[in-house]
Amino acid sequence: MAVYLGLTIVPILIGLLAAVAAALLGNFLVLKRQSLMGDAVSHVVLPGIIVAFVTTGSMDAGPMLVGAAIAALVAAVLIEIIRVLGKVEPGAAMGVVFTALFAFGIVLLEQTDTGAIHFDVEHALYGNLESLVWLAGLEWSALTDPAALAELPPQLPRVAAALVVVIAFFCVAWRPLVIATFDPVFAAASGVPVRLVDGALIALVAIVAVTAFEAVGAIITIAMLICPPAAARLMTDNLVRQLLLSVVFAAIAASFGYLAAGAGVALFVSGVAVSAAGMIATVSGLILALAALFGPRRLGARA
Amino acid sequence: MDVEAFLSALTFQAGYNTTIVTIGAILLGWAGGMVGTFLLLRRRSLVSDALSHATLPGVGIAFLVMASLGGTGRFLPGLLLGAALSALAGLATVEWITRRTRLQADAAIGAVLSVFFGFGIVLLTVIQSVQIGQQAGIGSFLLGSTSGMLRSEAITLAVLAGGTALAVFFLRRTLTLVAFDETFARARGISIRRSDLLLMLLVLAVTVTGLRIVGLVLIIALVIIPPVAARFWTERVDHMLLISAGIGAVSGYLGTALSASIDDLPTGPIIVLVATGLFAVSLLFAPVRGVFSGLYRARAFSWKVHRRQGLLALNRGEAIYDKKTIFVLLAEGFMRRDGSITPPGVVAAKLAAEEEALWSLYLRENPDSLHRAHGMLLDPIEERLGAGEINALRLRHYAATRQTVEAMA
Repeated sequence: MAVYLGLTIVPILIGLLAAVAAALLGNFLVLKRQSLMGDAVSHVVLPGIIVAFVTTGSMDAGPMLVGAAIAALVAAVLIEIIRVLGKVEPGAAMGVVFTALFAFGIVLLEQTDTGAIHFDVEHALYGNLESLVWLAGLEWSALTDPAALAELPPQLPRVAAALVVVIAFFCVAWRPLVIATFDPVFAAASGVPVRLVDGALIALVAIVAVTAFEAVGAIITIAMLICPPAAARLMTDNLVRQLLLSVVFAAIAASFGYLAAGAGVALFVSGVAVSAAGMIATVSGLILALAALFGPRRLGARA
Repeated sequence: MDVEAFLSALTFQAGYNTTIVTIGAILLGWAGGMVGTFLLLRRRSLVSDALSHATLPGVGIAFLVMASLGGTGRFLPGLLLGAALSALAGLATVEWITRRTRLQADAAIGAVLSVFFGFGIVLLTVIQSVQIGQQAGIGSFLLGSTSGMLRSEAITLAVLAGGTALAVFFLRRTLTLVAFDETFARARGISIRRSDLLLMLLVLAVTVTGLRIVGLVLIIALVIIPPVAARFWTERVDHMLLISAGIGAVSGYLGTALSASIDDLPTGPIIVLVATGLFAVSLLFAPVRGVFSGLYRARAFSWKVHRRQGLLALNRGEAIYDKKTIFVLLAEGFMRRDGSITPPGVVAAKLAAEEEALWSLYLRENPDSLHRAHGMLLDPIEERLGAGEINALRLRHYAATRQTVEAMA
């Protein structure tokens, strides 16, 4: 039983924390009709991370976060310039910027000698959750052993920190965030710094995207930013309940998805490996499908 | 980079396969640029993102089916058929979610692209671990690759790209009409739903054809970047279509040639980066909406305002304090450094005063022309109005002035 601690529980925990952090933020993206910002940001952090790696030569969290933040900022400015000068819809401006930056990131990745790091395009897209095991943690006693705890995958504290930052942001900025989401005009009129709140939300999405990216890949980030909140939105009209439901859905998707991928190994011949990230995204899609078919509030005000 | 290889790829001398693929990429870029223009005008650019990601499960399933039937899983037409079918399923799901639930298009697109892609990844990892049916090359659907492409594959893609380009060409009138004037199109008996569906099928064709060359992650760049770049060059739809298609074709051409001459470069990102370069050039230098032409126009406008206001002040014999105005008047030779007016300045000031009077009379008589008056009032009046109109204005101006004089006397 204790073997599961390091081999199963730790990767599940990493996936779960990343999923919950993304899902919490995603609620506001979905409500603001900006779901695809999550898609764009998750793509844009790639060049940021790689530029950070090329310039500093390290895979530490610090430079990566800075690089990704700069990339996200550059992207935001470019999108605004293109939208205003080209008079095109924000979606098209976004499409131009994120495909261009992502292509740049991939070319950089392919041209850089990545032999030193275990990092490639597939990794960037769907991560490698299965490899984030805690080999020192095969005994229950490891939980109290500082030496063993130091061997925990560094991704675990990082995604946990990202989740804490998200929750802290909600605690501090809850009222302005909610007002700015539901009625930006009223919010601006009553002195809420709407642009600042919007910017902070996107910055948090970038932070979660970076930490999740390294642990679980871009695809989970996008799926978790959108699917659990969208499913929760079809279940209730109450924002707090929607948030809690999205957390539950994200947790279910992360744990069941991981276990289902593991079961896939047992189901087929030995040696069959199924991407846990892909499976988690699939389960979140199934949850959304159920909510779309049977959710009590699936029709919203039209019902 | 191997310059010789690049040149030989550019001149179609780099072998039969490369030549066919390059031609295919040019046609694909052309078709993508045209289809993308309609998508942009219909404000549905990002639907293509859902469409392209949704192809992956189809590729995986087609591979598994073909491999389990005992054949090679790599049979390209089969894979592309699977891709098309699952992209259609993705498209239908986006439509269903936006129509039948309270969720908006953005959430529907995001959900479909991530879930279909995630499921596709699951299938890919299954394929990779069961070791069946010659799986090499299946990963190239993610980022596109032209190296190691079979001759039959190259020909299939070139034919598909050519067919798509032809289809867009023949459908362009209907699509333009719908994109530009929905009401008029409906009045002409065109079904908007049918036309949008047709457009989506064309996007699907571009996507599926582009999978192997550009890869599904970046294929949407081929339908988004060229039209947005073209937007900076023109205000006319027919021109935009041509420019966009041209940018797409050049991107396909240069991108394929570049990737053929540099090792380890996936074709897709290079094509996208070439398109991005053309986009950057458009953004900065395009004469209609480019950054520099905008800056130039703003400067020219400001110059004209200072020139006119300075001349009016000179005509009234007023002192001028504004630094920019002084600068403009000195540069044009209308004023001396001590603030006195030069002989050409005297004439120009009289002319400016008369033009100003005529323009203000014109504005009083045509208040509805105010909306297009921006900048017009600073131009020489004979460049903007016809001779008859100016004469009539002048006559009324004389009469009005005479009345004022009589009333004052």
